[in-house]
Amino acid sequence: MNIIEIKGVTKIYDKNTIPVHALNGIDLTFQEGEFASIVGPSGSGKTTLLNILGGLDDATDGVVLIDGVDLTALSGAKKTTFRKNKIGFVFQSFNLIPVLTVQENIEFIMQLQGIAREDREKRTAELLEAIGLSDRKNSRPNKLSGGQQQRVAVARALASKPKFILADEPTANLDSKSAENLLDIMGKLNREENITFIFSTHDLRVMNKAKRIITIEDGKVISDVVKEEIHNLI
Amino acid sequence: MLWLLSWKNVWRNKLRSIIVIIAVMLGVFAGVFMLAFMNGMVEERIQTVIRTEISHIQIHQPGFLENNDFSLRINNIDSIIHLATQTGHVAAASKRIVISSMVASAETNSGIKIIGIIPDQESKITNIGEKITDGDYFRNQQKNNVVIGKKLAEKLKVGLGKKLIITIQDVSTNITSGAFRVGGIFDTDNDMYDESIIFVRFSDLSLLSGLDGTQAHEIAVILDKDENTDQVKAELRKSLSTLEVMDWMELSPEAGYLVSAMDQYTVIFMVIILLALCFGIINTMLMVVLERVREIGMLMAVGMSKIKVFYMIMLETVYLTMTGGTVGIAAGYFASKYLERVGIDLFFWKEVYASIGYSSLIYPKIDLQTIMIVSLMVIFTGLFSAIYPAFKALKLNPAEATRME
Repeated sequence: MNIIEIKGVTKIYDKNTIPVHALNGIDLTFQEGEFASIVGPSGSGKTTLLNILGGLDDATDGVVLIDGVDLTALSGAKKTTFRKNKIGFVFQSFNLIPVLTVQENIEFIMQLQGIAREDREKRTAELLEAIGLSDRKNSRPNKLSGGQQQRVAVARALASKPKFILADEPTANLDSKSAENLLDIMGKLNREENITFIFSTHDLRVMNKAKRIITIEDGKVISDVVKEEIHNLI
Repeated sequence: MLWLLSWKNVWRNKLRSIIVIIAVMLGVFAGVFMLAFMNGMVEERIQTVIRTEISHIQIHQPGFLENNDFSLRINNIDSIIHLATQTGHVAAASKRIVISSMVASAETNSGIKIIGIIPDQESKITNIGEKITDGDYFRNQQKNNVVIGKKLAEKLKVGLGKKLIITIQDVSTNITSGAFRVGGIFDTDNDMYDESIIFVRFSDLSLLSGLDGTQAHEIAVILDKDENTDQVKAELRKSLSTLEVMDWMELSPEAGYLVSAMDQYTVIFMVIILLALCFGIINTMLMVVLERVREIGMLMAVGMSKIKVFYMIMLETVYLTMTGGTVGIAAGYFASKYLERVGIDLFFWKEVYASIGYSSLIYPKIDLQTIMIVSLMVIFTGLFSAIYPAFKALKLNPAEATRME
């Protein structure tokens, strides 16, 4: 089942009246349970594509269907609500709220969703268990390592039970061990709970773990490979 | 959730928040205290006008106040005093003979207003008796005693027991003089009053001027409460329609202007303080927003609505302002209440204050209504200061903000 379907997506930035074509007619579909990585050199359009998929930026042209909803037709406020309920975000710099504890950070989006306290606490406990940080639930983010913070960010992204998670360079600020650990956790969540992850990355470790690699250059998809197909070919 | 998050955000940078809170606290404290101080000064001046110089209400023949015309006298004075004292809320009334005259000592002379009073009646009206610094207030039964102000005594270079010659125009419009001895010297903190008014007994002045004791120029009326002035004035005007009944604000319009002028000054003063605080708070909150661009971007990205982001920044600002404001208001209130009891003695400016009719001992006055108004002004300042930084936060593009270094 397609949870994301984009057709002919174009993004033109009008910088000082000189148009910059960030995306040039991209067609892609993502299915439930994918563990996909969008790769490409800097300035290729990875982040722009991720922002459009996440409803953080508008396409200049084309159609963006998320879970059957045309994102380009939604108003700003409706898009915000849509993001809250359907999309999880993991950022390169973790972006946890420093004044809240680990537990409060994870509960935050559920509070925005208006989920009852009991349900929030239950879900948070499950997620803390999944990321292996149950014993740190009352710690502030500054007391955690970079890897632990990013695991909390993953748990926060999952808290709202989104349709998919967009992770923008999630391992860029992590050491090898932490990156491996984070990818293992995300891989496990993908396998066991069928959660869709879409990464934008330069990191070979992420590419190695990904089941599908989409390469973008100059705003165009130049390859879209599912690893199983390569193995089958070999 | 937002309430708690905003409160926690306030304490993210403790030092900066404490500095802002202290600035707000000091500003509001200064504002509240200055309001109390000015209220106290005005109140003190008004009470001096009422209790020392004028009384609540005075009754004259129409036109008398324009040039103190000796011939404009009130007849059957005692029956009118009786009528006045029968009016509700009137605590006491006193008759006075008022004549513009000359007083001369062995050294020099001066133009003054001589007031003939009945000391027992007058003690219920004015507090000149309590302002005696030398001698007494007509306790001595000797004839032709005079009580004069300290400033006039200095000007005439006389002291207790010294002789003064008072020259007036009598009922027959003849110039007549009488010799009086200084029996008391008063000091009212109003140099102009002390220099221009002298008191003698009603009977002595009646005798000197040729009046028969049933006539006087002025009836001074004191009431049980200041706020009953308008009501009693209206009643007296009705019952004494041929006479001129005026209250202290009409008799001393500058005191009335003082009240409204002070009200305006205090509002201007408070607005200046709060405006200065407002810019300080805006500056701080802009720093807060700029420091948290990535975090605010993240909040918007994960689904926090713009209105909630706006609300969060507003709340943080209001918390900052109200924390400092509450402490400042409380400190200003309690300091003013304490000083209302003990007073502030600005003795080093006594001369200056006395020259403009004020006491150098000031009792700040503050009431809950003023506190409520200041509280509302502080809340408004907080909300007003928050608007620009909150809008600045709303302008953030979450896609760019989350990637900002």
